[in-house]
Amino acid sequence: MPLIKNGAAVQDPWFAATTESDLDRSGPLLVPLELWQQHRDRLVGRVGPLGVRLASAQSPALIAADLDRLDLVALEFPKFTDGRAYSYARLLRERHGFTGEVRAVGHVLRDQIAFMLRCGFDSLEVDERAAGGWQSATTAFSAWYQPATDAQAPIPARRRYAVPARTSQSVIRSEPVRTADAAELAVCAATWAY
Amino acid sequence: MYRYDEFDQTFVTQRVEQFREQVARRISGELSEDEFKPLRLMNGLYLQLHAYMLRVAIPYGTLSSRQLRQLGYIARKYDRGYGHFTTRQNIQFNWPTLGDTPDILADLAAVEMHAIQTSGNCIRNTTADATAGVAADEIADSRVYCEIIRQWSTLHPEFSFLPRKFKVAVTGAPGDRAVTAAHDIGLRMVRDDAGEIGFEVLVGGGQGRTPILAVTIREFLPAEHLLSYLEAVLRVYNQLGRRDNIYKARIKILVRETGTEEFARLVEEEWAHIRDSELKLPADEIARIHAYFAPPAYEALDAACPELDVQRAGNRAFDAWVRSNVEAHKQPGYAIATVSLKPHGGIPGDASAEQMELVADLADRFGFGEIRVSYKQNLLLPDLRQRDLFAVWQELTAAGLATANSHKLSDIIACPGLDYCNLANARSIPIAQMISTRFADLEREQEIGNVTVNISGCINACAHHHVANIGILGVDKKGKEFYQVTLGGAADHSAAIGDIVGPAFDEDQIVGAVETVVDVYLAKRTGSDEPFIDTYRRIGIKPFKEKLYATH
Repeated sequence: MPLIKNGAAVQDPWFAATTESDLDRSGPLLVPLELWQQHRDRLVGRVGPLGVRLASAQSPALIAADLDRLDLVALEFPKFTDGRAYSYARLLRERHGFTGEVRAVGHVLRDQIAFMLRCGFDSLEVDERAAGGWQSATTAFSAWYQPATDAQAPIPARRRYAVPARTSQSVIRSEPVRTADAAELAVCAATWAY
Repeated sequence: MYRYDEFDQTFVTQRVEQFREQVARRISGELSEDEFKPLRLMNGLYLQLHAYMLRVAIPYGTLSSRQLRQLGYIARKYDRGYGHFTTRQNIQFNWPTLGDTPDILADLAAVEMHAIQTSGNCIRNTTADATAGVAADEIADSRVYCEIIRQWSTLHPEFSFLPRKFKVAVTGAPGDRAVTAAHDIGLRMVRDDAGEIGFEVLVGGGQGRTPILAVTIREFLPAEHLLSYLEAVLRVYNQLGRRDNIYKARIKILVRETGTEEFARLVEEEWAHIRDSELKLPADEIARIHAYFAPPAYEALDAACPELDVQRAGNRAFDAWVRSNVEAHKQPGYAIATVSLKPHGGIPGDASAEQMELVADLADRFGFGEIRVSYKQNLLLPDLRQRDLFAVWQELTAAGLATANSHKLSDIIACPGLDYCNLANARSIPIAQMISTRFADLEREQEIGNVTVNISGCINACAHHHVANIGILGVDKKGKEFYQVTLGGAADHSAAIGDIVGPAFDEDQIVGAVETVVDVYLAKRTGSDEPFIDTYRRIGIKPFKEKLYATH
């Protein structure tokens, strides 16, 4: 499955551990929550990047204390209709201040990508057909109504200010920060004048 | 009323283009029906028994004459010349083709309308009291906050894949005409001791197979915190709502299983983190939206209208219509008129393209170009001078829109039932038609007085039969349609869930059963000033039961 990060297909450097014997591997290691909880002390001391994979019933509150040690949190969508991970991603970014990679795994469809990016995901494990969806996800709408985790100024802020509003301090935004393009600024300016 | 600015217009236009591209992918075969389904549902497009059905949002039930004319145009151009207004202030077109739907959405966008989130497990079209802004008993205009909720909830990235659908209703008046207790979130506008506007917040109301009335989790929420509080409720629900069983996925089950106090605590805990975030509504933002709903340029008129009195005295039919279909307006000399979409023997909530155009014309000629869609599946002309009522009534009469039955027995709420819907177990429309034909005598209807009759074709309860004075539920028993009767439900500020009266009736018995219920009421009431629901609450279900099953 291709991994899409910042709009481009990239090689996935992470190894997804499934059994205890996998934990001795070197290099970036992604561990399911159950293994993490059983072998936490051993894993924390290893050399190399660490990630935890959460199933849709597993809140990031379960690993809140360990986030400083983690470079990746993978949130699972068992079905695209199970939307718990949207809240989890926002909480990871906005509540727990997690600045590492937040990856969507599982049933990730192209028409959900826009929502995922807005909620703080910055990498997606998608099938071949959905891989082209990043582009449309970031261009289909020039602005959204509600504040979320992404860096775009929502419509209420654009109405109030002629230029996109910057983020409030309490909110940690995921990379990359997308700045408004010329067309959006023109719309803002027109509305300001209007 | 609200007008789109560039941001709103750009948004709906981009939404149409996105859907056009999705439909093209479906037609080309790139998308399977399974993959297309969630996309079309997010735009209100259902696949029903015979065809696609498109459900269009009428936010908080407010329409301009231009919008209503456009709905008539869409009915004529893409459908079979009519549309169906629903209890949730939507309109449904029953016969569009898939290929036409992007063009329909484009035609809607041209008049500042859309079909976003009229379906799917997301925050649905927010509903309001149809008389918001004009009702005499109003505390504040709920449309202002409905519009704020509409914008916030539109394609919300976090809450588009909830455990189940999520419905919000707002009432600005103590006489609750938005059925807030039957919603996932009900908001009742109140003033605190300092006179500030806020909301009593109720959660966990719902119909379906487990009818539950919403419970209050906050007595007073200052208006500026509306969105952060809603976001807190939704965030708790999105994480904890059950996803293992579709019948237990609504927030009502979560609230019941968690306990009201604990649920409220979870919400407050989440809210504490976000109450002062970007979601906090600045006073000038509320004022900005409020300005859109400024009252129109009413004339200074006397509260009394001698002309109307003379017209009523001279025409019994007109007088009957005024008594049942005209309500008090907050502005002296004005009135609110219900345009009945319940002709005796007709299909509740249906309106033809010509009827929509006529009502739009009346709104322009006699009002301020505004029309409302009510919970009762009727249209309202909200700003009529009392002296114009007679002229309006005459034109409505000629178009079959002046049945004097508002709030009366034949003002039946009915879902589309087995005639259209693939969820239904039984037909609703023919039963509604038979009942309203049986009670077609207007004098008799006036004599019976106010009573609500709702007919759902299945346990999903789209016609809200649980909260009807007389509720009828279609069930399937070994391939035959039967109808279960509940009594004593109420949808107003005294909301209540009805009691099942006993074994179901078949198609041939159900009209007679309703008549029996009415006869018991008439025999037992203390007088014509005791409406059905009061009599029921006084005497209970027993006398009805005895009479209904005496001969069976």
